[in-house]
Amino acid sequence: MSNSETKIEIKHLYKIFGDDPDTMLQKVRDGVTKDELNDQYNHVLGLSDINLKMPAKGIQVVMGLSGSGKSTLIRHINRLIEPTTGEVWIDGENVLEMNDKTLREFRRNRASMVFQKFALLPHRTVMENTIYGLEIQGMGEKEAEKQAAYWIDRVGLAGYEENYPGQLSGGMQQRVGLARALATDADILLMDEAFSALDPLIRTDMQNILLDLQQELHKTIVFITHDLEEALRIGDQIAILRDGEVIQQGTPQQIVLRPKDDYIADFTKDINRGRVIQLKTIMKAPNDTAGPELSGEMLVEDAAQLVTESPSSQARVTNDAGDVIGVVGINDLIRAMARPDIESRLEEL
Amino acid sequence: MDWLTEFPELGRRDMRDFRKGIDQGFKDFTRTYGEDIESFFEPLLQFLIWLEKLLLATPWPLFIAIVCVLAWFASRSLKIVIGSAISLFLIGFLGMWEDTMSTVSIIVVCTMLCIGLGLPIGILMSRSDRAQAIVTPILDVMQTIPSFVYLIPVVMLLGIGKVPGLISVVIYAIPPMIRLTNLGIRLVDKEVLEAADAFGASPWQKLVQVQIPLALPNIFAGVNQTIMMSLAMVVIASMIGVTGLGQPVLKAISNQYLAMGLLNGLAIVALAIIFDRISQSYGKRLQSYRGGQGE
Repeated sequence: MSNSETKIEIKHLYKIFGDDPDTMLQKVRDGVTKDELNDQYNHVLGLSDINLKMPAKGIQVVMGLSGSGKSTLIRHINRLIEPTTGEVWIDGENVLEMNDKTLREFRRNRASMVFQKFALLPHRTVMENTIYGLEIQGMGEKEAEKQAAYWIDRVGLAGYEENYPGQLSGGMQQRVGLARALATDADILLMDEAFSALDPLIRTDMQNILLDLQQELHKTIVFITHDLEEALRIGDQIAILRDGEVIQQGTPQQIVLRPKDDYIADFTKDINRGRVIQLKTIMKAPNDTAGPELSGEMLVEDAAQLVTESPSSQARVTNDAGDVIGVVGINDLIRAMARPDIESRLEEL
Repeated sequence: MDWLTEFPELGRRDMRDFRKGIDQGFKDFTRTYGEDIESFFEPLLQFLIWLEKLLLATPWPLFIAIVCVLAWFASRSLKIVIGSAISLFLIGFLGMWEDTMSTVSIIVVCTMLCIGLGLPIGILMSRSDRAQAIVTPILDVMQTIPSFVYLIPVVMLLGIGKVPGLISVVIYAIPPMIRLTNLGIRLVDKEVLEAADAFGASPWQKLVQVQIPLALPNIFAGVNQTIMMSLAMVVIASMIGVTGLGQPVLKAISNQYLAMGLLNGLAIVALAIIFDRISQSYGKRLQSYRGGQGE
């Protein structure tokens, strides 16, 4: 993903909560920390010098624990929160400089949002909720309902059109939230802890729905979560936020294999590496031994079974064109899944 | 030590001048603008008279039928429908039909005025903390000042009759409408409002599609309260010439006619219960979506 084009670029974004953010901004730039700002000046540092490039048509995950500023960050992308200073560039336009009207048009047509607590309109049915964004766009009722019906079907809620949100389970309510966001046809999808309020099983379900849809829709998705497992599973790019600062960004593999500091290492140590690391990351130079040919992007965990069944206990790794670019043996796979320090052998990553 | 036991009062003469000043000022105001104000309210008076005549001209079975149909659509409860029919029939049977029609017409006009004025004021209050800070104390005064007190300037200005009666009923009955509209809109879930913002709703779209619908149960409680309070005020307003069930009550007080007072009083109670049950169950039905299985 590293060389794909950037859709959303955040530059030097600061957000300070309190009575006099501008004065405090100078102090923060001069090196006052979040804790000092809180204790001595009674201001809260929400975001501090955020710089992020989010890939077009990819899923950018922003991960952090509560209080890290991740929900504040996503609300700057559609400006539900005004920044203290900074720039958010989308398609060559700075969202933070838009006037009210342009901003409304931007929110109507170019960026839709899914919320942690669903935020559905309780007095409207599933259908009426799904057409909400289209209604605001000014689309006629017939056309809007046709479009909405398609998305209700896609998220698996066909037959529930006339139900009220209060009659649905959490997972189903969030499907409505997703359908409502997709219906507007915006190419940016902002998801604020969209699956955090759901049971683990339903959460996996929703992740699958999202990944399936993304395969064909190729939207630019910004996904906020506090769950590293979720971040690694769905993210093309991950940015880790702590105390309002980005402390590491990279692909899931980079985060797992090369945590930037102890804080992140602590997070990643319990992760199932087999589900994150790809074959091309751990392969060795090709040799003549036979074996099944596997894609370099296959995950270690998926390859393990196939390699075990191969008589040579080895597989040949291919690139997108189908050429063999390396081999992995069963031992390489086991080593990759185990927790020990393998980073030293992964310099080329 | 006189100053400790004697309150430092304004002198008797000063006090008299002070009161006279106010009275004179208001009298001058009345003399100058009274007629303009009266003609301003003329359409209202015409409407009220028209409605009263219409109700009186309506055959009684038709009126009862209309109330029953309204009750059914609002509440879907057979009990309320039958209860309304029986009470209305009894009212007519006991010779209070005409007075009841006058009372109903003034209540209807008063409720329409209270909604028409109270809703926008309540919305304004909910959107601006400053408006709320200004309107709240005014509402406090309107609700606590003895109603006889504002009958005086109203009568001075407009004389005795239907319109001053109507105005004093509105003054008395409008505060809950305003308060509950304001409260209802302020209580709308912040997250739902944020979602509306995120989808690019304009302030007007937010108000019409989200805030008012979600505040409707509270707004309806306000309408209900307004109706109840105007019914309560009808007796007092009859002192300044409002026709209806209040006048026989007044007559009964001054002549110690127990039965007459009781019957007319009970007729007001019956009307109140009918209006209350209908408007309340409609308000409840408005939020039926809140029920349901699951979370």
